[in-house]
Amino acid sequence: MPSGPNASGSLIDRFGGVYLLPLAMMIVALPLVGSFSSWATLTVAGLAMGMMIFMMASGLSLVFGLMDVLNFGHSAFITFGAFIAASVLAALAAWVQADSLVLNFLALSAAIGAAALFGLVAGWFFERVIVKPVYRDHLRQILVTMGALIIAEQLILVIWGGAPLSVPRPALLSGSIILGDVAVEVYRIFAFFLGLIVFVALYLMLNRTRVGLLIRAGVENREMVEALGFRIDRIFIAVFMAGSTLAAMGGAMWAGYQGLISPTLGGELLVLVFIVVIIGGLGSIEGSLLGALMVGLMGNYVAFIFPKLALASNMLLMLIILLWRPWGLKPAVGG
Amino acid sequence: MSEHILRLDDVHTDIGQYHVLHGISLNVPEGGVYVLLGRNGAGKTTTLRTIMGLWRAHRGAVVFRHHDITRLHTSDIARLGIAYVPENMGIFGGLTVEENMRLASAGGRFDDNRLQRIFTLFPAMEKFWTKPAWSLSGGQKQMLAISRAIIEPRELILIDEPTKGLAPAIIRAMIDAFREIAAETTILLVEQNFLFASSLGAHVSVIDDGRIAHSGAMAELTQDKDLQTRLLSLSLDAHQ
Repeated sequence: MPSGPNASGSLIDRFGGVYLLPLAMMIVALPLVGSFSSWATLTVAGLAMGMMIFMMASGLSLVFGLMDVLNFGHSAFITFGAFIAASVLAALAAWVQADSLVLNFLALSAAIGAAALFGLVAGWFFERVIVKPVYRDHLRQILVTMGALIIAEQLILVIWGGAPLSVPRPALLSGSIILGDVAVEVYRIFAFFLGLIVFVALYLMLNRTRVGLLIRAGVENREMVEALGFRIDRIFIAVFMAGSTLAAMGGAMWAGYQGLISPTLGGELLVLVFIVVIIGGLGSIEGSLLGALMVGLMGNYVAFIFPKLALASNMLLMLIILLWRPWGLKPAVGG
Repeated sequence: MSEHILRLDDVHTDIGQYHVLHGISLNVPEGGVYVLLGRNGAGKTTTLRTIMGLWRAHRGAVVFRHHDITRLHTSDIARLGIAYVPENMGIFGGLTVEENMRLASAGGRFDDNRLQRIFTLFPAMEKFWTKPAWSLSGGQKQMLAISRAIIEPRELILIDEPTKGLAPAIIRAMIDAFREIAAETTILLVEQNFLFASSLGAHVSVIDDGRIAHSGAMAELTQDKDLQTRLLSLSLDAHQ
């Protein structure tokens, strides 16, 4: 019987493997939820939530896998992304509330773009000043990145205050589409497709470009990549910046999804983000997507069926998956 | 004697709190196979890693051609034309055979002639071209590691214990392949398999406790059983 991260040949692998797990989860949930319309609403909400968490988690997974860096400060990018996007939308309130789709779209693009720009610049600063001095030292990484996270959260309190902030949603993304008995929020469809676009872009970059090849190789054995003549530290800065940008964009999307955000938003989401990275498999974009979709679906179904188990549900999911596949669902590193 | 391609002058290397290399000096001539022998823990792998810049010499100098590479970054050392095949082969298991090779080729493009030559040397590489590297056998992984090292013209190839754990038939194939590779480049080979090493190397150095205990012609060591016993605690007969 093969073993290790790439063990194959089991019955489940022959029928599509772990890629079918989100689908299996949906099928199992249908009779438990009872009503088709409730199930459809929960499923769309779970997929949208999953895609937003995927955006936040994919960068962390690559950073973790590529340079073995435990960045607890990742949630600061999420929180800042959310607050920056909320502030931009508030500043462009006239465009947000206008009947013009063009103005709505411009306001939304400005909000997500501002969050992304912040993520890019903050990611560069964070890597150079905070992470670089503590490469290869996990204990110091945890201490230093936690310290940076505390400072970042205090900065958010200084800039935006401690009260929850309301996030205006562009008219373009307000309301629902009615399909039979099922009402699907437009924002959830938008979040799902934006996440899908990000996944496809990341997948193509990793699998169709030389930079992607280097990142995948670096996740497995960065020393050997250097011995082949490449500067892995330069690749890592780019990956870190991309990761922080995606986290900030994910935070911006989450702000619009929730409608009301608080400075603890990033810290609360970081638990889910780490669960996704762990159950997906370190350094794996496909694993992150699978993990994020399962976490999103699980959270929504369990909150509806067994509300008291909602908080523990994703911990249980992680426990079950790690008992079954200790390396995660789709680990990047070969056996 | 031909010009030296690589020179180590009184190289000292620490790994953490351990002082592993205590003043290694080597002169590797250009062309052919130069063998580093020694018992487990003698400092052979540390010597190769120090040359490659993966561990830093805190004293002494590593000179490749006329470049002092002691303080260069590993990637810069590689770009000077030095390839490294580590003991664990350094294969990227999640990448296909093709992707492993493409990563090592200049600009990601293959020289068709070199590629055909590699397929002739190691037909398994062509057969498993699109397969993920983790699915290869131990021998095939070693072939991939060596193919990756020669997919571009290199001036020096550092190879760490390529026969470790391989079947005798594969080791015989490796000997033929190494002879052909050594006809166009210099190989610095770390080995514990004395038969393999002696069938390839013209020159040999024996490392013991982080120091060079002996340097000379391989033929001299092969014929002198007392010297083998003294230096390596083995005799050639015991391995035949």
